[in-house]
Amino acid sequence: MFDFLRLLSFGPDGWGDEIARGALLTIELALVTLPVGIAIGLGVALAKDSKSAAVKMLANAYTTVFRGLPELLTLFIVYYGGQMLLTRLAGLFVEGASVEVNQFVAGVVALGLVLGAFSSEVLYAAIRAVPRGQKEAAAALGLSKMRVFRLVTFPQLWRVALPGLSNNWMVLLKDTSLVSVIAISDLMRQTAIAVGVTKQPFFFYLIACLIYLVFSAISSAVFSRLEARASRGFRRVGGH
Amino acid sequence: MQSLLDMLGAGFLQLMGLIGLNSDLMARYGLRFLDGVWVTLQLVVLSVGIGALLAWPLAIARVEGGKWTARAAFAYSYFFRGTPLLAQTFLVYYGAGQFREQLTALGLWWFFRDAFYCAVFTFTLNTTAYQSEILRGAIQTLPIGQMEAAKALGLSKLKAYWTIIMPQAAGIGLRPLGNELILMIKSSAIASVITVYDLMGVTRLAFSRSYDMEVYLWAAVLYLVMVEVVRRVWDRLERRLNRHLLVSR
Repeated sequence: MFDFLRLLSFGPDGWGDEIARGALLTIELALVTLPVGIAIGLGVALAKDSKSAAVKMLANAYTTVFRGLPELLTLFIVYYGGQMLLTRLAGLFVEGASVEVNQFVAGVVALGLVLGAFSSEVLYAAIRAVPRGQKEAAAALGLSKMRVFRLVTFPQLWRVALPGLSNNWMVLLKDTSLVSVIAISDLMRQTAIAVGVTKQPFFFYLIACLIYLVFSAISSAVFSRLEARASRGFRRVGGH
Repeated sequence: MQSLLDMLGAGFLQLMGLIGLNSDLMARYGLRFLDGVWVTLQLVVLSVGIGALLAWPLAIARVEGGKWTARAAFAYSYFFRGTPLLAQTFLVYYGAGQFREQLTALGLWWFFRDAFYCAVFTFTLNTTAYQSEILRGAIQTLPIGQMEAAKALGLSKLKAYWTIIMPQAAGIGLRPLGNELILMIKSSAIASVITVYDLMGVTRLAFSRSYDMEVYLWAAVLYLVMVEVVRRVWDRLERRLNRHLLVSR
């Protein structure tokens, strides 16, 4: 028992600090990806709501592709493909230039693309849930299109979208573990290093699982508070 | 027969060359990719199929079980839904190696030694948790009158579940269960990380040897086709099985 505690201690012969650093990076990655993904999702959702058939089709194609591809495949395509593309582009300007794609950026882009596809569905449904009359009334008051969205649609959209987005966030949090495959020192990779040295896979992977579990639990607590706040002007059947 | 297949293959490769794909590369790795698709399908069908069988008792335990049974079932599904599948896969595959002697003594080592079996095992545990959650939700949307009517007719609880509750819950849960199937097709790519040569594993192998991005394109198309086929089949299935619930439009 004490052996295990020593393995988790902070310091030279324990892995506590390494794993904590990995856990921090996992959170960082998820938190940086979140606004990127939501921004993409919002853009795609608005495109789906567009009047132009071509724009609509493009938005739907985007969702179909990035919802259908395995996250791992998207990550590899972004990482290796990005590397090759940028190298080729750089080669146009400088002979024999080679570009290294930062793994963290590749992770954010790949996870952001996936989150964008999933959240666009949630946000599109939320946009549609705001009654048309609201937009028409705002337009009748002489508000510009931007202001209609910012002042009328957007605040109401949140309440409907939050439960779906909270789901998306949970999936994102777990998907971050995949970036360990392209050598980002996130929680999963730090754990793998600890396992390589100590030969205690069961113990360390269990610890990693428990840390993810704690993250999920904290997230769901935060989201239920946000939901309560977003729907404070809205009384439900049986609620208070 | 063989020559016909060869001709078909050659024709296919020529066609692929015509639309600008690398037909030499495809000639070398094409059949491997088909093997990869087969392994992926096996992974998904086995784990989702076994998971569907295990999910029912777990879901019913959540609804009907006493305090402790229900809590244990909840803890199980909370653990597997709250942690990444990659971590679970590592936990089983590498973790089992640590208990080699005990597993050998139990006569189970042949199972946990094999990456494919480990992947099926982990995926099954994972999808069982998700499916049981879907089914629990479905069971709980049914009005209590269904159970009371069954009891009034003198049906035992088991019989009531089998003939009245389960068929209705399956219908309600059909759409999310289809989504779960699609999620598993995508998640099964994780098996490639523990050296299983599923579609993703074959793709990574082909890429590491040829360094041609095109192989990722093939993989993307194959995954999208699988997902799209499941989605369409499921749409049909749902419209057929739930036709009594359809509102005329």
